[in-house]
Amino acid sequence: MKVVDVDRLVPERGVAVLVDGHQVAVFLVDGAVYAVSHRDPFSGAHVMARGIVGSSGDRVTVASPMYKQVFDLASGACLTEPDVRLPVWRARIEEGAVHVDLVPVLEPA
Amino acid sequence: MTRTKRLVVVGGGMVAQRLVEALRDRDTGGTWSVDVFTEESRPPYDRVALTTFFSGRDPDDLLLGDAGLWHQDGVRLHTNSRVRAVDTESRQVHVRGRVYDYDALVLATGSSAFVPPVPGADLPGSFVYRTVDDVAELRAWVEHRSAEHDRPVRGAVVGGGLLGLEAAGALQAMGVGTTVVELAPRLMALQVDEGGGEALRRLITGLGIDVRTSTATAALRSGRHGRLARMDLDGGKLPVDVVVFAAGVRPRDELAREAGLEVGERGGVVVDDHCRASAPDVYAVGEVACVHGRCWGLVGPGNTMAEVVVDRLLGGTATFPGADTSTKLKLLGVDVASFGEVVAGPGSLEVVYADPVAGVYKKLVVSDDAQTLLGGVLVGDASAYASLRPMVGGALGADPTSWLLPAGSAPAPSGDLPDEAGVCSCNNVTAGTIRAAVTEHGCTDLAEVKACSRAGTSCGSCLPLVKTLMTTELERAGVAVSNALCEHFDVSRAQLFDIVRVAGLRTFTEVVERHGRGKGCDICRPVVASILASLGQGHVLDADQARLQDTNDHVMANLQKDGSYSVVPRVPGGEITPEGLLVIGQVAQDFGLYTKITGGQRIDLFGARVEQLPAIWQRLVDAGFESGHAYGKAVRTVKSCVGQTWCRYGVQDSVGLAVALELRYRGLRAPHKIKLGVSGCARECAEARSKDVGVIATENGWNLYVGGNGGFTPRHARLLAEDLDTDTLVRTVDRFLMYYVRTADRLQRTAPWVDAVEGGLDGVRAVVLEDSLGIAADLDAAMAAHVAGYEDEWAATLRDPEKLARFVSFVNAPDTPDPSLAYVLERGQRRPATEQERDGGVLVAGPTLEVRS
Ligand code: SRM
Ligand SMILES: Cc1cc2nc3c(=O)[nH]c(=O)nc-3n(C[C@H](O)[C@H](O)[C@H](O)COP(=O)(O)OP(=O)(O)OC[C@H]3O[C@@H](n4cnc5c(N)ncnc54)[C@H](O)[C@@H]3O)c2cc1C
Ligand code: SF4
Ligand code: FES
Repeated sequence: MKVVDVDRLVPERGVAVLVDGHQVAVFLVDGAVYAVSHRDPFSGAHVMARGIVGSSGDRVTVASPMYKQVFDLASGACLTEPDVRLPVWRARIEEGAVHVDLVPVLEPA
Repeated sequence: MTRTKRLVVVGGGMVAQRLVEALRDRDTGGTWSVDVFTEESRPPYDRVALTTFFSGRDPDDLLLGDAGLWHQDGVRLHTNSRVRAVDTESRQVHVRGRVYDYDALVLATGSSAFVPPVPGADLPGSFVYRTVDDVAELRAWVEHRSAEHDRPVRGAVVGGGLLGLEAAGALQAMGVGTTVVELAPRLMALQVDEGGGEALRRLITGLGIDVRTSTATAALRSGRHGRLARMDLDGGKLPVDVVVFAAGVRPRDELAREAGLEVGERGGVVVDDHCRASAPDVYAVGEVACVHGRCWGLVGPGNTMAEVVVDRLLGGTATFPGADTSTKLKLLGVDVASFGEVVAGPGSLEVVYADPVAGVYKKLVVSDDAQTLLGGVLVGDASAYASLRPMVGGALGADPTSWLLPAGSAPAPSGDLPDEAGVCSCNNVTAGTIRAAVTEHGCTDLAEVKACSRAGTSCGSCLPLVKTLMTTELERAGVAVSNALCEHFDVSRAQLFDIVRVAGLRTFTEVVERHGRGKGCDICRPVVASILASLGQGHVLDADQARLQDTNDHVMANLQKDGSYSVVPRVPGGEITPEGLLVIGQVAQDFGLYTKITGGQRIDLFGARVEQLPAIWQRLVDAGFESGHAYGKAVRTVKSCVGQTWCRYGVQDSVGLAVALELRYRGLRAPHKIKLGVSGCARECAEARSKDVGVIATENGWNLYVGGNGGFTPRHARLLAEDLDTDTLVRTVDRFLMYYVRTADRLQRTAPWVDAVEGGLDGVRAVVLEDSLGIAADLDAAMAAHVAGYEDEWAATLRDPEKLARFVSFVNAPDTPDPSLAYVLERGQRRPATEQERDGGVLVAGPTLEVRS
């Protein structure tokens, strides 16, 4: 589903979108889009899109704004507590727009 | 993984924690599952650090190790679960009406505080000192009594040993007038000799704690309310509101006795060298175990026992080698330490240094050729402890007297200890293991070395030596000791500040490309944002900076637990007009916001959704309000008292000065938040001395105090300058703040920063008042630029449609509120619903409750 035009996105700053009633956090980093669940698994609040983007080694990351756990944007894995994972959804850029489908990405491409 | 054997551990204390940790580390084949039963309501915590509870530490901060341990596969922790019985025939334990089978059983039930059988020992007001619950109850009791009486609360501690003195320190810290009652003729009779006991008494008495040695407690008596009121001693009576028993501990061997296991003459589960009790596959560890004929009341030996048992469970043959009973304690600033032999026997000598005026007593016990160190006692100055203790049994390497000279002239803690010297006695870590943490495991800072070797993770007294060893090893390996901000920058915040300022960098991209690597992270991005903002490089929402900001700075409000925000308009000096109050009230009512008066003399409006913030602020800005920067590492508030204008005692216009200071420094970004206070006379109703900058009016002008702090480690501000006129005061505060902004570390408040400046407070005074570094003009100019460049962030945002576009809930549904928000009403206002309230379907309102705008 088309959710937003790419040029509305600020690189490295997330936005929240509603996809079929699900809250999804979308990030644009180095020209690629990532879509993960907007719900912070640690606090239960829907805030992930408001986290700070960064890197850890080669991985592109986002830190939860609530208690600062860091997640790998591509796989959803929490770097500090490996048992916890953010659901990751399929996202792509097509004709200048970001599309997100509620298809879980289990293994990052 | 199929776990074939079941281990049951009774007791979830410090030693049980170590046992499970070691088992999970070493049982790589996954043979054992483990069930830990503890009667306490918390996972294992650091009992050794119990007293820090009184300096405001949260009980959760005391939890030991990695919390993940208790969620691992094959590990179950049962809290609030007291084991009622053990049946060694059928190999079962009974807990809360259920029965659990075991293949191996470990008793780790610790000790209980011993309460001597004196009449009245169970009166309300009498306490022991063993668990978090004990100290929490003690504190609550003292707080209630203080609130009741208009005199100080009076207390006594029964027992003048290590624990008794800790308890006395805790009572005194709560403002209780304290007496220590000790049966023996000296304090800490087990650890120190007569000379040390005498020095200790002088020091403790000097701190205002009354000490009565050779005194027995005969009875406790109640007063009119049925509460503790008096203590009968064999030498008279003592009025008391609270008593703490710290007269020793008794092993909790009751389960073992009932199960028919052999117990020692003075209690404790008798175990052999392998920690095995007298029934098959039953072990005992920690304070409850009686090994080599005695119980060990320290965590170090207990941890060794835990390692021995794990080794046995996995088929090894480890034995308990005996243990080190050295102790070091620092109470009320008094150092006491003892190690090895504390009294010379045949074939050994004592070397004593005593300075009764300074309250120092030090003694070393050495072999009769004065070559080998056998033990010692240090009172009043234990700085040599960390270096000396590992040398027990080894060569002193220097004239013994050189170790006893006053601090400063003693040899520095040595990095040349033999590898086998024990450095951390709590966790049995040798110098060699600490070196290996650096050389083999690649640790490069203290936190890593602690995690890797476990050294320094309990009482912390070994940390100075651990650090020396680490630094020596790092330097040997040619590694510069790192003060790196994070993985993306090798420099500290202060260094980065200078780089950015001198090179005139303006964007994060420039900074990270030239001086860092990667994309940055949630640590360095806000630091760079704060540096750029302190240097006046643009609005916090400008494109490059927006992605650096923590959500609070990004939406200029404070994130709350449910994802909504709070709004705090600035109320300079706490002075507000009735019209202003009405506006805030009206906005709160129209948007359905919860309102509360803050601790900073202003009003907080909670529960605003991100998409509501611009509308809320439009109303506030129209009425003349500005951002209060409650979200920023920035100047927060200048608290004031009413001062001369109304108050009978005021000698200056404290509100006027507070308003002027707040308007001058508003918006200033800093390494951490900055708070100021101004009181109109020495009665100090504005609590200015708890602020980073506190000003107190005098007949002749203003006294300036700096470096006060509330929070985790409260500190009173210290006097920087006296009787300043208003202009000099403002100039001095300008320089103080700018000097701090430029040189402090990330998240370092002014109190620790002042300590870290070379020369401490005197050093700061030299820079800001005498211009010792020649930078005063520069600091003045920087503050002038800040004052001239100030603009209200919210007003600026409201004028800029591009920035406003970011305040949406969902980019594809900008006005749809977060559907997960839910509220309930409480005391006439709404608050976030709890998990249970959501699940239980209690009357809950959705995200848009009561919005009338
Ligand atoms: C709202 C308020 C409590 C209240 O209802 O009264 C408050 C609320 C918060 N405080 Fe505070 N503090 C508030 C006064 C204080 C005070 C008292 C004072 O300022 O007179 C102190 C002790 C004084 C001091 O700072 O030295 C205080 C010491 C802290 C600390 C500990 C700081 C430290 O140096 O250790 C933190 C944690 C931190 O900043 O890292 C903190 C952090 C917080 C945070 C930001 C925690 C968070 O991240 O959510 C809270 C959010 C504020 C919000 O949502 O608006 N708050 N906080 C007070 C706001 C004052 C204001 O008008 O701006
Ligand atoms: C204030 C204070 C300061 C101290 N300072 C130091 C110090 O500086 N250095 C040092 O080495 N040591 C110090 N100690 C001693 C140290 O804390 C103990 O040696 C250590 O905690 C012993 O560990 P443990 O696991 O054997 O017992 P504990 O930590 O006491 O744990 C035993 C646990 O078992 C539980 N339990 C008992 N019976 C049952 C049952 N039937 N069913 C379920 N659970 C049960 C208890 O509630 C408790 O939680 C200090 C102790 C105190 C109180
Ligand atoms: S500090 Fe002084 S001036 Fe201020 S209210 Fe108290 S007594 Fe009055
Ligand atoms: S000696 Fe206690 S932590 Fe190292």
